[in-house]
Amino acid sequence: MSQVWEFLTRRRGGKRWHVTDVITYLYLFLGIVVMFGPVVWLVLSSFKSSAEIVKFPPRLLPWRQETVTIEGYEEPLPLYQVELEGGETATLAQVRRIGLEAQLIDPENPDEIIRAPIDDRQPVESVSFALDNYVESMQRFDFPVYLRNSVVVTLFATLLTLLVNSMAAFALSKYRFWGRTAIFLTMISTLMVPLSVVLVPVFLVITRVGWNNNLLGVIVPGAATPTGMFLLRQYMLTIPDDLLDSARIDGASEWRIYAQVILPLAKPALAVLTIFSVMWRWNDFLWPLIVLNRSELFTLQVGLNSFQGELNVQWHYILAMTVLTLLPISVIFALLQRYITTGIATTGMK
Amino acid sequence: MVERSRKTFGQRIGRLIEQIIHLINRAVTLTLDAARRAVSFIVDLVISGVDVVFSFIQRIVGVGGMPYIFVLPNLLIFGIFILFPMLLNFVYAFTGGTEFYPGQRPWVGTENFNTLLTCGNFLDPNTCREDLFWRAVYNTAGYVVAQVSLMVVISLVTAIVLNRKIKARGFFRSVFFYPVLLSPIVVALIWKWILQENGLLNGIITSLGYEKLPFLVNATWARIWVVLISVWASMGFYTLILLAGLQSIPAELYEAAEIDGANPWQSFRNITLPLLMPTMLVVLVLSLIRAVQIFDVVFAFTGGGPGSATLYLVQYIYSNGFSSPTKQYGLAAAASLLMAGVLIILTVAQLLLRPEEV
Repeated sequence: MSQVWEFLTRRRGGKRWHVTDVITYLYLFLGIVVMFGPVVWLVLSSFKSSAEIVKFPPRLLPWRQETVTIEGYEEPLPLYQVELEGGETATLAQVRRIGLEAQLIDPENPDEIIRAPIDDRQPVESVSFALDNYVESMQRFDFPVYLRNSVVVTLFATLLTLLVNSMAAFALSKYRFWGRTAIFLTMISTLMVPLSVVLVPVFLVITRVGWNNNLLGVIVPGAATPTGMFLLRQYMLTIPDDLLDSARIDGASEWRIYAQVILPLAKPALAVLTIFSVMWRWNDFLWPLIVLNRSELFTLQVGLNSFQGELNVQWHYILAMTVLTLLPISVIFALLQRYITTGIATTGMK
Repeated sequence: MVERSRKTFGQRIGRLIEQIIHLINRAVTLTLDAARRAVSFIVDLVISGVDVVFSFIQRIVGVGGMPYIFVLPNLLIFGIFILFPMLLNFVYAFTGGTEFYPGQRPWVGTENFNTLLTCGNFLDPNTCREDLFWRAVYNTAGYVVAQVSLMVVISLVTAIVLNRKIKARGFFRSVFFYPVLLSPIVVALIWKWILQENGLLNGIITSLGYEKLPFLVNATWARIWVVLISVWASMGFYTLILLAGLQSIPAELYEAAEIDGANPWQSFRNITLPLLMPTMLVVLVLSLIRAVQIFDVVFAFTGGGPGSATLYLVQYIYSNGFSSPTKQYGLAAAASLLMAGVLIILTVAQLLLRPEEV
């Protein structure tokens, strides 16, 4: 027995699988199941018909009963495998069901009605990834509009965040001026006091500025993020000041030094802030929820939440729209995952 | 002869395909190049355009005045939307009534704080004047302790596993990070779907021969799942930070320990843990601040229920200020000031309690 084990665990190069290796890979595969499983289950469920979705216990794949269209009947008829009295089975279409009896017809010979107890029939099913749920829920869930709002908010908020914070970080890291320390400390001290504890007064400010029910009210307030400013400043401190001086000797204006010397050199830190900003803004919920009341301005998150409130039992629609909502960010992640994870791990938190 | 011409024919086709691929490649490169040039032209144009304005300003204020110009946009947004509201929060907290504009609100002194802090017995929310606030406080405290400790342990274990010599490390790192990108609403809906009465988990449980469990209806289960879901959704982020911390520990230390006869537990205890402490501190501070503010996942997952079992502080503030019919702005502001105080105390305490040897 021990020889068998030795044979199975033999590895190239003479090294054997140690028990910790086995535990490591078990943990990692458990990780795949726990992390991806719920999302896979969501996607599979989103293709299920409204009848299949309420079945218990649930089945893994989206099975759908096959139907057949027969002349003389408006709706497509569901197909069943029926055990006939002679002991043979036939595939029949059900016309109607009365109590415990089903009335069925043979699709080949639609005039003759066959009666059978409902226990003797089995639905004919196949796995199908039909898009009905997606198409139907789109009529109530204005996905394109919410998507547009989310993209507008994420895009412009990120651009504004990058511009405003990099300019401030440039000033705070490359100049000595009166009030520098005061400004820096004030910003840093608000790092741990998040927007969510000043909800009421920020809402007042937004209302006074007239940005209530305006995407600007979602975009602008979070743009001056102390986290982002701090991250960029720490990175810019590592850029040597000599570069600035030689650029000045060459006659560059301060703006050109910022835009054409410092910004290109700060690209790694800017990339990390971009990732953070996109994540924050795309997934932001509380703030848009407060600022936006009109549904044509909803972002995807707010729209999805109100959609689930409206249809709290129609899971097949909710699931389809949840999949659509997570799709864009999942595609981006699949394409850029290497940059995202290494970016956050290396530059993000030093 | 025939043989040879066939060969050249094959070669010709091969070369033709090669040339086509080459042409496509060139076309793609040229297009990308043109696009890049167009973008950089536009960027240059914008930079030069702004430069005209900024050079003009620079002529007026001088080089010494430029940092103020650079810091101005940030300072404006920061001042108007963060700093000013923070000060305004005090005005709200010390005034009463249901008026929204501060000028119309009567000064009530510390009455809002008295309302929040009046309790017969602080350990029993039922004896408090504002019992919901104290329920939210205790729920939040329980949640923070459970969530942060569970998440730090799981993130640490995952980071250690990912730091071993494994195949496809980048892939596995992404696996654990993926839920971090999902929005709280999506996370809540995914799990609500799994945990509902006729959901996947109850399906698995009944197929094993047990009774269905009331995951969303029972207060204790709802609390447990809120913790588990938020760990699921955010552990990837902290794992990445801890992994970076682990990778910065020099490998020679472990080799030296091995030569000295240390077992793996001893090297973990005496090398990994102490050297990881600064990173752990960052993780603790960040995750504590995030945990105290728990809101959106729970809002979409249980809505604070069943009853008030998963009502947390931010939701208490939100519902007093925005969703309840009588808008209690004063109470909401007072509660958020108390919460901000707790956040500051927690952060400072952690920075002070940092072990001396680090």
